[in-house]
Amino acid sequence: MKVYTLAEYAGMDTEPEILFWVGCAGSFDPRAQKITQALVKILHHAGIKYAVLGNEESCTGDPARRSGNEFIFQMMALQNIEVLNMYKVEKIVTACPHCFNTLKNEYPELGGNYTVVHHTQLIQELIDEGKITIEGGAFQGKKITYHDSCYLGRVNDIYEAPRNILNKLDGTLQEAKRSRKNGFCCGAGGAQVFKEEEKSSNDKKVNVERVAELLETDPDIIAVNCPFCTIMMNDGIKNEGKEEDVMIYDISELIVQANKW
Amino acid sequence: MVSQIAFASILGLVASRAYKSYSHIYQSIKLGKDETISGDSGTRWKNVLLVAFGQKKMFKRIIPAVLHLFIYVAFLFTQIELIEIILDGLLGKHRIFASLLGGLYTLIINSIEFLSLGALISTVIFLWRRNLLKVPRLVMPEMKGWPTLDANYILIAEIVLITAIFTMNGADGLLQKLDPVHYPDTGTLVLSSAVGGLFSGLSEGTLHFLERAGWWLHILVVFGFLLYLPISKHLHIMLAFPNVYFSKLKSRGEMPNMPEIMNEVKSMMGLGDPNAEEPPMSEELPNFGSKDIMDLSWKTILDAYTCTECGRCSSVCPANGTGKKLSPRKIMMDIRDRATEVAEVVKEQDYSTEAFDDGKSLFDYISDEELFACTTCNACVEACPVMINPLEPILELRRYKILTDSAGPADWMPMFTSLENTGAVWQMPNERIEWAKELNESKS
Repeated sequence: MKVYTLAEYAGMDTEPEILFWVGCAGSFDPRAQKITQALVKILHHAGIKYAVLGNEESCTGDPARRSGNEFIFQMMALQNIEVLNMYKVEKIVTACPHCFNTLKNEYPELGGNYTVVHHTQLIQELIDEGKITIEGGAFQGKKITYHDSCYLGRVNDIYEAPRNILNKLDGTLQEAKRSRKNGFCCGAGGAQVFKEEEKSSNDKKVNVERVAELLETDPDIIAVNCPFCTIMMNDGIKNEGKEEDVMIYDISELIVQANKW
Repeated sequence: MVSQIAFASILGLVASRAYKSYSHIYQSIKLGKDETISGDSGTRWKNVLLVAFGQKKMFKRIIPAVLHLFIYVAFLFTQIELIEIILDGLLGKHRIFASLLGGLYTLIINSIEFLSLGALISTVIFLWRRNLLKVPRLVMPEMKGWPTLDANYILIAEIVLITAIFTMNGADGLLQKLDPVHYPDTGTLVLSSAVGGLFSGLSEGTLHFLERAGWWLHILVVFGFLLYLPISKHLHIMLAFPNVYFSKLKSRGEMPNMPEIMNEVKSMMGLGDPNAEEPPMSEELPNFGSKDIMDLSWKTILDAYTCTECGRCSSVCPANGTGKKLSPRKIMMDIRDRATEVAEVVKEQDYSTEAFDDGKSLFDYISDEELFACTTCNACVEACPVMINPLEPILELRRYKILTDSAGPADWMPMFTSLENTGAVWQMPNERIEWAKELNESKS
């Protein structure tokens, strides 16, 4: 299974159908790297010709922009757009809702116009087109609680694709008390994941609060769609001492597990 | 005739005072930065119909939504009665619509009475929820003092108003039998005839006094309300409609671009338009982001004056919900209070803020601790029943702190440095594509 970069493709007489935008978490965070690898496996098994940017990829600039640092956002974004336009990229898939949002909603104003999909949308498409099937067995009798990330859900109104995929697994899909439009943040967004939380009058943390709420549904698995949610949930679940009992997986990882890829 | 003159002069006085204070609000909103709100007007009108008139977003919380609906619908319908009162007052007539509309009049007044009863019950429940039950979102720290008084004043005024309506109609019903020439037949008014039962046996003079007292009290409370609105959170009954109309239709995920920075970075990277003229060099370093209400969009100021302090935004805010100081409602209240403070001064200069400097800014109201706690999750934006966006000013103020003040959480410095030097949020020794090695070596 060889992962090709766009630069490598440039030397071949064939073109990739889609660019897989990996993002910083997917590239560097050990936990999120697993999600990247899972999506690569899915693309591979679906027979999709994809490429990554590799070292030519930079942060989309989302955390810079939302922390208030527009200079660094523009530096990142304009550099990325230059690279993407140079390769004449048309379609992008990403496993990170923050990258997804910035590429889809913020790059056009800066001169970057692409069709951008979140990996849950692409996975659903692949299932619908019969390009991948999901083997039964792996999740029999398992309760799966889905956590809506803010930037996929409330910000971009994508609620169905992830649920449709989870419904194809042989576990039971459960809803958290606050879900869909009312979903509760994991605490990472707005560049919060890169700093300590402000002091709290009751010593609460956003991720712990959210994990506690998800645990009320007594799940075996918490399914997420965002590498930063994954990181925050993992921290939160350790805080609750439940890391042995409840697994936190990205939807792509669940597909890989079901198919034992 | 005397009462006609009295009524007309009070009406004139109220109208001129109202004109003055509503113009002041309009000018206060215009203190914000010009911004053209683009987008399809059909969608905007649909929003006004569904969200403002239809109260659609209120129904995320069913109990307060139903209670509020009674007060809202009663308020809308009572306008018919109000128009009649004003016409009667000016023309020296009594219940001018009664003989004109006949049976329809009976239906309208009966509807108003039933809605008013609903509104009365709702008002009492609202007072209970605020003062005894202490619903958490209604007793947060920013609600101490004036905001709580303001809310209670209006609820009490509502009770006075409804009492006046029933007193007026109750006494009128009895007078119709005693003096049909002066008191035209309204048909049977179910609720007020029950109230009239309490007045049975009173003399015609006393009934006449009660009817007039109810009539005057009704209209005076309405006039008072009209003049009180501009200093109250209840301004939402008017501003909710334009606020919903002007709310942005762009994706929530798109932060407003900063073209001046984009162009600067483009020319740094050699991407600029070579034919573009050099921007004139300025002596002063430009300010980026917002530090005061003059830097914020006028729409944000309109948001702030529209806010009725219901606190739905703060009750869903992940930062606020986990004990942080940030409260999106407080941000909106602070912006409104600061706009009011600035407007009070600059109204003497024809609302020009050019020479304005009182040594203060929004940062005297809003602390860094609040600003930097926001996760940009958009829950507050989603929660607001009148489409206020508290996130936009939070991010505008952040921009000022980071770009102009070079302030902000120390934790962010390594992220900024890393982004600048390596293009990644973390400074990592390994390559960006290292995750692929394992896969490249695998067989399947």
